[in-house]
Amino acid sequence: MAIETRDRPQVQEESQREPQLGAHLVMQALVREGVEVIFGYPGGAILPVYDALPYYPVHHILVRHEQSAAFAADGYARATGKVGVCMATSGPGATNLVTGIANAMMDSIPIVAITGQVPQTVIGMDAFQETDITGITLPITKYNMVIRSVDEIGPAIQKAFYLARSGRPGPVLIDIPKDVQLAKGFLAPRQELQLPGYRPTIVPHRRQIRRAAELIRQAKRPLVLAGHGIIISGATEELVRFAERTQIPVGLTLLGISGFPASHPLCLGMVGMHGHAHANRAIHEADLIIGIGMRFDDRVTGRPSEFAPNAKIIHIDIDPAEIGKVLKTEVPVVGDAREALRLLLEELEPLEHEDWLSMIRSWYRPIRTEPSGPNGVLQPQYVIARLHALTEGKAIVTTDVGQHQMWTAQLYKCDIPKQWLSSGGLGAMGYGVPSAMGAAVGRPEAEVWAVVGDGGVQMTLNEFATIVDEQLNVKVAIINNGYLGMVRQWQQLFHNRNYSETPISSPDYVLLGQAYRMAARRVTRPGEVDDAIAWARSFRGPALIEFVVNQEENVFPMIPSGGTFRDMIDDYRIEGEW
Amino acid sequence: MSVRSHTLVVLVEDKPGVMNRIVSLFRQRGFNIDSIAVGHSETPGLSRITLVAQGDDRKIEQLVKQLYKILEVIKITDVTDENLVQRELALVKVTATDRNRSDIMRLVTDVYQARIVDATPDSLIIEVTGPPEKIDSLITMVRSYGIKELARSGVIAMARGTRAVAVVPQPVVA
Repeated sequence: MAIETRDRPQVQEESQREPQLGAHLVMQALVREGVEVIFGYPGGAILPVYDALPYYPVHHILVRHEQSAAFAADGYARATGKVGVCMATSGPGATNLVTGIANAMMDSIPIVAITGQVPQTVIGMDAFQETDITGITLPITKYNMVIRSVDEIGPAIQKAFYLARSGRPGPVLIDIPKDVQLAKGFLAPRQELQLPGYRPTIVPHRRQIRRAAELIRQAKRPLVLAGHGIIISGATEELVRFAERTQIPVGLTLLGISGFPASHPLCLGMVGMHGHAHANRAIHEADLIIGIGMRFDDRVTGRPSEFAPNAKIIHIDIDPAEIGKVLKTEVPVVGDAREALRLLLEELEPLEHEDWLSMIRSWYRPIRTEPSGPNGVLQPQYVIARLHALTEGKAIVTTDVGQHQMWTAQLYKCDIPKQWLSSGGLGAMGYGVPSAMGAAVGRPEAEVWAVVGDGGVQMTLNEFATIVDEQLNVKVAIINNGYLGMVRQWQQLFHNRNYSETPISSPDYVLLGQAYRMAARRVTRPGEVDDAIAWARSFRGPALIEFVVNQEENVFPMIPSGGTFRDMIDDYRIEGEW
Repeated sequence: MSVRSHTLVVLVEDKPGVMNRIVSLFRQRGFNIDSIAVGHSETPGLSRITLVAQGDDRKIEQLVKQLYKILEVIKITDVTDENLVQRELALVKVTATDRNRSDIMRLVTDVYQARIVDATPDSLIIEVTGPPEKIDSLITMVRSYGIKELARSGVIAMARGTRAVAVVPQPVVA
């Protein structure tokens, strides 16, 4: 299909003498915004755009379900830093995008979703495959719009991309009625956008920076909590310089992973519900928390009133609505994380916190990674630890949602920004495989591992077909424990081991992989783990490994929902130690 | 922090779907609207919304920040602590008989400076303007006669003095 594209004449924006179909203008506007890849699925109301598609230098990836198109656009955006694009028809095509759009909204991911819509003459008539997708996605998009005339196509698409990637990024949906795709007109040249109600603050206020610097100088036990904003703004280098100069340790949120090198001596790893014990204890004992590009999500804070009880809060975020939303904040700093860190570095001279750092070091307990449990069965944590070792920590890793996600967050130590892709705020099962697909399309040189559970993978395993079609370098590692493991863990700990509807069967994944013409293996014993990973890495292209692991392993440490640091459950727990 | 009634003046671009976005935000984030009134402002293309909502200062601050995230919202001013002119219009259809008609008319015109804008053998329509408390008071007084129908416009507000909340929208290069 890609070859066909090159053989056909490309329509140039400059050469337009005759009015052209709206569908062509849509494609031209997308190309003008730099779009190279679209994840999509055709259908009646978007057919004119698909008719135009082959004439343009855009690689369209035919997914097997629109939800995966949105997840793949999200994975593409996270792995490349560019805007991801997904496209679907009206009605069910559009509604299938919803979970992926909500995911991008919660995690601030720049994607543009394009949906076909029934012709304007029948909008509101309950036409075939009509659905009010702008109404449905109102609270889960940064912005959405209906293009009502062919003249609006250029400006609307320009605006959509600008909104998606600027300020706090997020998803933008453009709904295009079929009659607009079929009307003839011209592509308006790119122009200055008139957005009087949208002026994100990039450079923070100097006075707030000075106040923050003063608190940092006074603090005895300061701690940085770094989030996704570090990666979005490309502030890793600045954060490393800041941490080294001030000798302040850095804890990471789930989405902050890869924003600060895990191998750095000042890195505490992930904080929060399944964060490292020493990192959470450091929060508990800290006298100053510097939150950067993060939002004090409940999975980070537990009960907010007990969070960091001795600490003042400096909160740096580009979205002013996040500041003060959860916690009382001493110094609010509105702006881009990178700009804020640069300004802070100008204010701050080297500091020392040796006592504090050695105190935190003394609390350190490694996450257990024994090859087998008491019953001799393969342990899931060991699989992740080996994957990290054998890939030298350099793979792009995506996850689904659940226990395997937390083990990977704890044990796959990421040193390179944009190598960690996980559904954070929404916690959307089914994210792992399609996001890996998006990452592999955006970064074809990379080795991409989708670490998924047996629950989540069964939500989107239809995409094996897409991965094989495109021969993407995606290795799927299924951590199969025969349960919806995280839900089972909650049932064990908080619902009297009432394993209601959590045991889940699986197909024979090796046969399934073969059915999709995908190289596949099963691993049941610790001794086979290294071989299988090495095998999957020995060739380019799709591979699947099913790791059959200990069924009732739990993720520790754990701070129960709404709990405090004192409620932490740990497999190292010794009565009264904490 | 104490919960009290806040009056917000919100200037928005006059575009389709803007009210939907604002009302949807209240629903989504669990804020309650006591009153909302919309109309044109002094600037063409800008509508002026007067919102009354209950909350402590922190909740209202969060509401204002969330409202600002709506692309079409240009400016929000919390005028609660200003010296305000607040006005609401109400139409009240009350049951009236030959025996009590003149009592009702005297009450509402003398005490509330209201007007009678329609009369039938067994009903009256009272038109009253003023701060919401005045309208509440009138309603309390005429309730015993029997209110057949009641329509309130929602409150609009403006701070006294020369200072204005108005903005001239500036083109922003994006």
